[in-house]
Amino acid sequence: MLRRLASLPVVLFCVVTITFFLIRLSPGGPFDSERKLPPAIEKQLLAKYKLDGPILGQYTGYLKDLIHGDLRLSTKYRNRSVNEILAQTLPVTLTLGATALLIAVTTGVWLGAFAAARLGTLVEGGALALTLLAISLPSFVLGPLLILIFAIKLSWLPVGGWGSPMQLILPAVTLAIPYAAVIARLLHDSLREILVEDFVRTARAKGLSERAVVYRHALRVAILPVISYLGPLAANLLTGSIVVETIFHIPGAGGFFVNSILNRDGFLLGGVVIVYCVLLVIFNLLVDLSYRLLDRRIRES
Amino acid sequence: MILSLPRTARLPAMILCGMIIAVLIGPFLFPHSFAVPGTETYAAPSATHICGTDLNGRDLLLLILEGGRISLLVGICGAGISLIIGTSYGLIAGSSSQGIDNSMMRFVDILYSVPRLIFILIFINAFNERLQLAASNHGWEWLVGSSRLVILILSLGIIEWLTMARIVRGQTLTLRERSYVAAARVLGEGYWTILWRHLLPNLAGIILVYLTLAIPSVIIDEAFLSFLGLGVQAPQSSWGSLLAEGASSINPLKGAWWMILFPSLALLTTLLALYSIGDALRRSISAKNQ
Repeated sequence: MLRRLASLPVVLFCVVTITFFLIRLSPGGPFDSERKLPPAIEKQLLAKYKLDGPILGQYTGYLKDLIHGDLRLSTKYRNRSVNEILAQTLPVTLTLGATALLIAVTTGVWLGAFAAARLGTLVEGGALALTLLAISLPSFVLGPLLILIFAIKLSWLPVGGWGSPMQLILPAVTLAIPYAAVIARLLHDSLREILVEDFVRTARAKGLSERAVVYRHALRVAILPVISYLGPLAANLLTGSIVVETIFHIPGAGGFFVNSILNRDGFLLGGVVIVYCVLLVIFNLLVDLSYRLLDRRIRES
Repeated sequence: MILSLPRTARLPAMILCGMIIAVLIGPFLFPHSFAVPGTETYAAPSATHICGTDLNGRDLLLLILEGGRISLLVGICGAGISLIIGTSYGLIAGSSSQGIDNSMMRFVDILYSVPRLIFILIFINAFNERLQLAASNHGWEWLVGSSRLVILILSLGIIEWLTMARIVRGQTLTLRERSYVAAARVLGEGYWTILWRHLLPNLAGIILVYLTLAIPSVIIDEAFLSFLGLGVQAPQSSWGSLLAEGASSINPLKGAWWMILFPSLALLTTLLALYSIGDALRRSISAKNQ
């Protein structure tokens, strides 16, 4: 565990370095697309945004600023710092992501256990077919279709926007459904392996119903693969939220991310990527920790 | 034949073949006027335009078939690259000492938990212009027009190999204990010969299964990038960019529902067919191993 904690700064350092050089070594600067600036003004601009001097000096300067928690200024949204933009947009993205995570895990666990408790029946086959269908529905397919059905034809839910709980439903469901299916399949497969083990046979022999066996005894052990999937899941949800925010016109960090690529807004781009990675690394550490605790408790009992 | 197709995979396999044939031959069957911008903008589906027309009055079915070429091409080539990387990585990890194996798999774990697609996005947009410049300097005409496609295929192959590496490594760990591998080692065959001649052929089945599962993942990634306008660019289009157009054309005032429905159906059918085939193969292989 301590070794993992020690690898955290190494991973973050790699992320920062790769991001910085990917952005700075791409051709064209942030002020190229506008009409030609007089050299003096351009020089002043470059100095203001700390984009002058040799590249290595820029890199160490950036690292120093990052350590002090300064993500620098956005070159497109003048006079706004990246910290400021992220402070406004990140809560939106995180709310969306956390809701989707909750939906994906609860639906996925329920469906996976539901299917595994009915081993070899038509219901199990149907549930598995349903998960295949859901995995084949990425958010950019599902989102517009759900808008078409629930917002435009039926008018039950708003088309997009942000602020009310009703506006959260469609985007969160859109983001969650494919991953709920992945979790359901993971749990189903791991339950199937566990349902033939000795302690499950003992539970059955005690005369417990099949459902009690699955939900009370086997599920505790079978949940472990799902827990270790939570880390990759969080990464996928953060990536996926970029598209979902675009579809539903949600003012989150995803929209700024896409625009910052198009505008060559290096520090905003770097800021989003670095903050995402910090969040994910911390989340993974927590997941790792809870996995170990659960695993040990299961082995002891 | 390494694998015979299980019965549950037959229908999806036929659908997939049908889709590939339609995408390859279909576009030649349309009159020229369907492909160029016309006056019938956003025409609803009718007998002449089965799937309706888009903003510029082009036939949507033709656009879907042409987009399918790009989507499938990127999917198959990208998955092929991921297969090469993933198999080599998994083989080397699984057949090396425990220390090397551990650190190699730890690296895979870390890659799993970072948003890889985001880095690839930056990478594509950073290096596309450089590649184009290099291509025109060297006079490689074919690369100038499709540099973005090439870089897209390469970079998606670079991020989708993780699952393949894990599976191959797991299989290698069990295979290396088999007696024929021990026999080869006793006979003095080298490390690479054992990998190539003894381990790889026995992994072919499982590699093929995960190839069918990697193709839809790459197709989804490509569509994701193109949906954001950061993947395939005009005049080329893929299912992802068609969906982006569709998503921007629906609102309560002008309900061009066909712009969403038909590209979605094309993508959904293909993904579902590929996932079903891969899933059926995976189950039949694990049943055989037991």
